[in-house]
Amino acid sequence: MKASTEIDYADMQALIRFAHGHLDQACFLLLEVRDAKAACTWLRNAPVTNAESKKSLPDCALQIAFTAAGLCALELSESLVKNFSEEFTSGMTEDQNRSRRLGDVGNNRPQNWRWGGSANNNEEGERKNNNPPHVLLMIYAHKDGLYEWREKVNGSHFDLAFNVQATLTTATLGRKEPFGFDDGISQPKIDWDQNLSTDLHERDQYVNLLALGEILLGYPNEYGLYTHRPLLDPQQDAQANILPKAEDQPHMKDLGRNGTYLVFRQLEQDVSGFWQYLNGVAKNDRHKREQLAAAMVGRQRDGGSLIKTSSEQSIESIAKKSTTVNASQKNNFTYDDDPDGRVCPIGAHIRRSNPRSGDFPVGVTGFFSRLIRILGFGRRHIYDDVIASTRFHRILRRGRPYGPVLSQQEAVKITNDDQKRGLHFVALGANISRQFEFVQAAWNMSSKFGGLSTEADPLLANREPLLNDNPTNRFTVPQENGPAVCLKNLPQFITVVGGAYFFMPGIKAIQYIAGNNNDNK
Amino acid sequence: MIPQTAFMISAPIGAGKQEDLRQLIASINSAPGLADPYNTLVPFYQFDGLHFARFVIIETNPIVNDHDLLRTYGIEPSHWPATLAFMGDIDGRLDVFLAELVVRAGAGLQQIFSHCAGFDTKKTNMLQWMTQHHTKPQASYCNWRGRTVKQIKQEYLLYSALRDQLEKSNGLSLSPDHIYKKLKAFMNDEVNAGRLTLSPQEPILPVWAIRNFLHLIGLPLILLVLFPVLLVAAPFFFIYLRSLEKTDIENTLPPPHEHLHRLAIQEDLDVTNHFNVLAHIKPGLFRRATFTLILVLTNYASKHIYHRGYLARIQTIHFAHWVVLDNYRRIYFATNYDGSAESYMDDFINKVAWGLNLLFSNCVGYPRTRWLIKGGAENEERYKRSIRIGQFPTESWYRASPGLTAIDLARHSRVRQGLEAKCLSRTEIKAWLSLL
Repeated sequence: MKASTEIDYADMQALIRFAHGHLDQACFLLLEVRDAKAACTWLRNAPVTNAESKKSLPDCALQIAFTAAGLCALELSESLVKNFSEEFTSGMTEDQNRSRRLGDVGNNRPQNWRWGGSANNNEEGERKNNNPPHVLLMIYAHKDGLYEWREKVNGSHFDLAFNVQATLTTATLGRKEPFGFDDGISQPKIDWDQNLSTDLHERDQYVNLLALGEILLGYPNEYGLYTHRPLLDPQQDAQANILPKAEDQPHMKDLGRNGTYLVFRQLEQDVSGFWQYLNGVAKNDRHKREQLAAAMVGRQRDGGSLIKTSSEQSIESIAKKSTTVNASQKNNFTYDDDPDGRVCPIGAHIRRSNPRSGDFPVGVTGFFSRLIRILGFGRRHIYDDVIASTRFHRILRRGRPYGPVLSQQEAVKITNDDQKRGLHFVALGANISRQFEFVQAAWNMSSKFGGLSTEADPLLANREPLLNDNPTNRFTVPQENGPAVCLKNLPQFITVVGGAYFFMPGIKAIQYIAGNNNDNK
Repeated sequence: MIPQTAFMISAPIGAGKQEDLRQLIASINSAPGLADPYNTLVPFYQFDGLHFARFVIIETNPIVNDHDLLRTYGIEPSHWPATLAFMGDIDGRLDVFLAELVVRAGAGLQQIFSHCAGFDTKKTNMLQWMTQHHTKPQASYCNWRGRTVKQIKQEYLLYSALRDQLEKSNGLSLSPDHIYKKLKAFMNDEVNAGRLTLSPQEPILPVWAIRNFLHLIGLPLILLVLFPVLLVAAPFFFIYLRSLEKTDIENTLPPPHEHLHRLAIQEDLDVTNHFNVLAHIKPGLFRRATFTLILVLTNYASKHIYHRGYLARIQTIHFAHWVVLDNYRRIYFATNYDGSAESYMDDFINKVAWGLNLLFSNCVGYPRTRWLIKGGAENEERYKRSIRIGQFPTESWYRASPGLTAIDLARHSRVRQGLEAKCLSRTEIKAWLSLL
């Protein structure tokens, strides 16, 4: 594989490299551009945090991302904006087919959203907050420092430049998400050193390493190719000279390089509904309740894996036995030895979201067995080949929970709970359609994932039946001896209440976007 | 065994009648591109042996003009008139089906086909006209040869009944052997009481068996005879192929938003989707001959090798057809597959890029291949663009078993086979139970 040029961390927003986990306070602002000129002035001076590693971690951070509507509002030419990917330019909600695929129908339909819902899709103008947001500000700080940092970030003239559509606050739940499970354990490990081969012949088995170009634009992805992004000719646009050059076309400047797409979805979680449903099924047996919840999630509440983790092999390396890399113990496993889902149900949330499948099912050892498998013969298990290779469908999660804590014990008892809780789901990736949308549509929302037939994701799904009225609201737990236990009529636990696709540019690209509306123009 | 047969009745549309025709076909839909099985024009539900059917208007893309790309090859694009096609897949004999069409949907079809050039409502005999305008696809793939619509429906009912029974009897505490025996007894009771029907496999017609056998040995025999010639020709073939591959012109245009939108509006309404591509075959005898040979081999492999639920590593295609049109200048590809188009293109690239390359690299605009099987679709974005640009919507699509994937159908068959088996070992019973 062609080695990329040096990575310029100073040109990359910090959120990509660091999750800001040490900064326990955060809020996300959704902005509408009020005055393009003032907004550009503000952007040029915004203290955006870059990804350079310093001796001490920063006390606060600011990240910025834009929707396609936002780029247009900042008066970037339409032809340039159209050069971003189709799903970004058309947006999360503008196309009914996209909503259908993402499961944004029924209770999840964008018309019901608090923000980001489509303007076109609107029924009888029932919502007022349905203008797409333009800019996303992500503000992070240490304990009690958020207010002060936010004031500083705003500076003067902020109100001239932007209208604040919504301020999304976050909660400090440690590593937990609102249902009470440890979250964010499995993340792809980005191949910063670019040592990983993307050659089909060397990627039979699942590894947790991911090509840089799967997350960052402007670098080779898992196909060994550069994902499409806007390239500019400096001969025609002098301003583009501040941008890094495009590696694959050196005479062009790369507006995407060191940037990434950011998928934002506000997922409201019905915590009491979740535990009360399970408690009902478990007939008040606390142990059984926990067991069922773990089966749905695919992990114990403390993040422990249902599959026994391996002490010998590491998923962090291609080499079969690696002594140098130590994977997080909770993450060092695949589902290879559990094809029927008897240990971890096939429909479990984490198994759907990251099936840990390789390019080939297990059992490919040499040239001959590979050839036989390529031709489709020699399946060891009836569901071999049913799940796509995971490496093309990874996402980097950077979400934060919101709302007050509700413990399991309280959740089971509570009768009228009007508090809002959930997750501000944030996923980064270089290709929204191949990564977020694929995972969401083909794996989470599909009632046919991995050979299943009547169940979509036990946590995320909207429970809408299929066209022929076949249900999607079941959950099966395969048993060691005997037929699977099948839960029927699962209620909806998670509702989408907002969302949009953003582009999180590199630092120079922000300057380009903001400089576009310069005084000298 | 009753084999599956493809049908395609097609004719150019009369001048100025295209919009009317489009509206007429749309009137039988219950959702964009999705036929209402109970529509009165072509009441699909009445046809017991019809797996899939579709009405399409095969035309050069009105939004994306591929003529410019053709001109870069130095050829003047031929005129291709917008053509109506009614195609699908049936159990058994074509002539019987065509007669059934006339009986059950004669008036409706006459109304539809009267939009075709030269169709005279007063003089035309429908059966004769359809027979005359019938084309057999050059290559066809069928997910499971011999599995009839009747069988699919019976096995689905059996599977559902078993699951209900399992829940009712709450027999989870029993041993696997015991549960199996109980369910087997349940099945027999239901069949005896007439609540379930499980028709036995129909015997193979001798004529069909002989034809199939001749086809099975015919192609290898011909190849064997030609082997010395092929061996001598191979180096020249590959040298020339490589020289062509190095200069092939690729499509780099993204499909316009408007075009994607008219495709997307009818996608993902069911778990299975329909897909149409019209592509121009690369000019020159060499490409035409290569493509013809590959279609012959594809058809052979589908018929005799990949007829039990998978095509190489892909288990999501129900039926697919390749039809050569316009005097070997164009190819129409139609398929019925599980999952959404955007998502599954990736799966295809990763698993069967070589197969896509073999078939489609002989078409204009396809990303450059190496040695006919390498490269090509492995260029993810270019591949997706070139396929999407050639794609066009279906006017109306019907399927007999909505909501069920090819994997569902295979599972239902396995469940039945397991219950009908004489005896199963303990591990086999366990594996069988995990299907439920």
